[in-house]
Amino acid sequence: MFKLVKRSEVSKRKATGIKLIAILLALLTSAFFIMILDLNPMSVYISMINGAFGSAYRTKETIIKAIPLIISALGISIAFRMQFWNIGGEGQIMIGALSASFVALNFSQLPKPILLSLMITTGIIGGGLWALIPAFLKAKWGTNETIVTLMMNYIAIKWVTYLQYGPWKDPNSMGFPKIANFTDNAILPKFLGVHIGWIFALALVIFTYIFMKHSKKGYEIAVLGESENTARYAGINIQKTIITAMILSGGFSGLVGMIQASAVNNTLSVELSAGVGFTAIIVAWLSALKAPVILIVSILFAALLQGGSFIQTAFGIPQAAALLLQGMILFFVLGSEFFVRFKFERISKSKNDKQEMQEILVGREAK
Amino acid sequence: MGLNISFLAAAVVAGTPLLFATLGAIVSEKAGHLNLGVEGMMLMGAVIGFQVGLLTQNPFLALFAAMIAGAAGALIYALLTITLRANQVVSGLTLTIFGTGFSSFMGQRLVGQIAPDKIKAFFKPVAIPGLSDIPFLGQIFFRHDMFVYLGYIVAILLGIYLYRTSFGLNLRAVGENPGAADAASINITKYKYVHVLLGGALCGLGGAYLSLVYVPAWQDYVTAGRGWIAVALVIFAAWNPYKALMGSYLFGGLDIIGFRIQGTGLQVSQYLIDMLPYLVTIIVLVFVSMKNSRESQGPKALGTPYYREER
Repeated sequence: MFKLVKRSEVSKRKATGIKLIAILLALLTSAFFIMILDLNPMSVYISMINGAFGSAYRTKETIIKAIPLIISALGISIAFRMQFWNIGGEGQIMIGALSASFVALNFSQLPKPILLSLMITTGIIGGGLWALIPAFLKAKWGTNETIVTLMMNYIAIKWVTYLQYGPWKDPNSMGFPKIANFTDNAILPKFLGVHIGWIFALALVIFTYIFMKHSKKGYEIAVLGESENTARYAGINIQKTIITAMILSGGFSGLVGMIQASAVNNTLSVELSAGVGFTAIIVAWLSALKAPVILIVSILFAALLQGGSFIQTAFGIPQAAALLLQGMILFFVLGSEFFVRFKFERISKSKNDKQEMQEILVGREAK
Repeated sequence: MGLNISFLAAAVVAGTPLLFATLGAIVSEKAGHLNLGVEGMMLMGAVIGFQVGLLTQNPFLALFAAMIAGAAGALIYALLTITLRANQVVSGLTLTIFGTGFSSFMGQRLVGQIAPDKIKAFFKPVAIPGLSDIPFLGQIFFRHDMFVYLGYIVAILLGIYLYRTSFGLNLRAVGENPGAADAASINITKYKYVHVLLGGALCGLGGAYLSLVYVPAWQDYVTAGRGWIAVALVIFAAWNPYKALMGSYLFGGLDIIGFRIQGTGLQVSQYLIDMLPYLVTIIVLVFVSMKNSRESQGPKALGTPYYREER
């Protein structure tokens, strides 16, 4: 017989070790899939790494893919810390992009620094307000935030689709449903070859780390996540905490929308977010909601995506294979968390019975 | 009037994949497991059902395979959340990512293929003698393909199972208060596994309806977000299979209303109408949480893992 026992404290090294073993197992399982395709797993994996970091250009591409993941995942981690299941990153990105694009398209004559700051501000506010709706509903009536944030993703996407195919369609695109490209002064500048979104990402990693670890609000968010009753007992204003955290959470994603619209797509489009909001949830979870770890995991995930599209051309493996691999790694890591929290203890059945008998006897004597 | 009846009849057909997925999600949630992988399981069922349908030309084998595929997806989720107590939200989301990848991967060579004639013939609309002659209702509900009728049957059977059998009673106990159920020597783990897998099988069926009957051809991402609507429909239906019937057909109507409105020449964008199901869901959800009535709330232990030691 085995008995489940909760581990008291696990050393960081042991927890990391367990997760690394999980990732290794995921790669082994995926290797089976690749072998079914009559390919050599080793050479596929090597060319994935090569595709992600093999040249300066590919490394830049990987970084460009990592930036939105880092920032969204940071935002999501703030909400998750509070046990608020914000799975609306996708929609918050869309609305952030939408608000920033509104500014970019209508005030393009403004000087570049002013226009860009205005776009950043409206992007953050747009994403923040979009996240505020489910936060308000949750704070006021306890409405299930998982479903509401999820539904709001679709509303945001349909709204942008409506604009792209309708009122915002570029009349110069000869009937092709696309929104006009931004003018040059609405496009984020580059620094060291990559658009400056990477500086924002690094700054926000530091900001989130300090905010969650060393600020009063950050502490209140963590307490509320642990237990609502404790938070109430400690005199924390629950509604206010939920709302602050969600404005931050959505604001981060809103900024991502602005960055993607301005620096990557140079316009607003339905494909702009491309699942970043969902991938970021996974990144946040894999990173145990810790800001510095989010940075690393995001780069690894971006490499997985970039390497995935590389093997698509190199081996003719569909891009969906990268999704499969992503899912597989995550399944194993999710499963491995169990072994971080619990261990099996062997108990011999006879001993167990004896013990039980004794307890019963002791109980009788006490009476 | 003719337009209205044909619209309502079309809404029933459009609602059928939603119905299967919603019933699947209800079964799983009754066991205390919120599975956000509905979309993924539907896609797995859709692609495997279609593939087996192409290979065997046999509708029963195709549907059976779709159920197995959906249940296989649910098995991964079950292992993670029941045995390994992983977070249900994240596990479900991952299952959706995995299922989406799985279906485009497996379906890559199927794109553009049409469902075999034998299967299409099997799912031709059949008017039920007697019932289909009822004015109005007969035309709306009883002149469809077998799958639609299967939907009625499954919903009713599930309702009877949940509310009229001891298994159903035990299941609801597991979802409401696993500690008490455990004390009453109900095998919690077994109940959870059986019903999460059953839920996955139903989602797989819903997916197969899309690829084999509704479309009927293979296209990438054939579900187009219907799995998520199903997740929301569970709340709309207040975890009740009978209300799920009503809700699914209502949302099926919202799904197709865009085409109809364009037909009448009214100037409303299709994309704005596409928002309706999601908007309605949020409004309903808010309404339900405002009322805070007991029967419209989910199972109490929904989303929380069960440890015997912490009872």
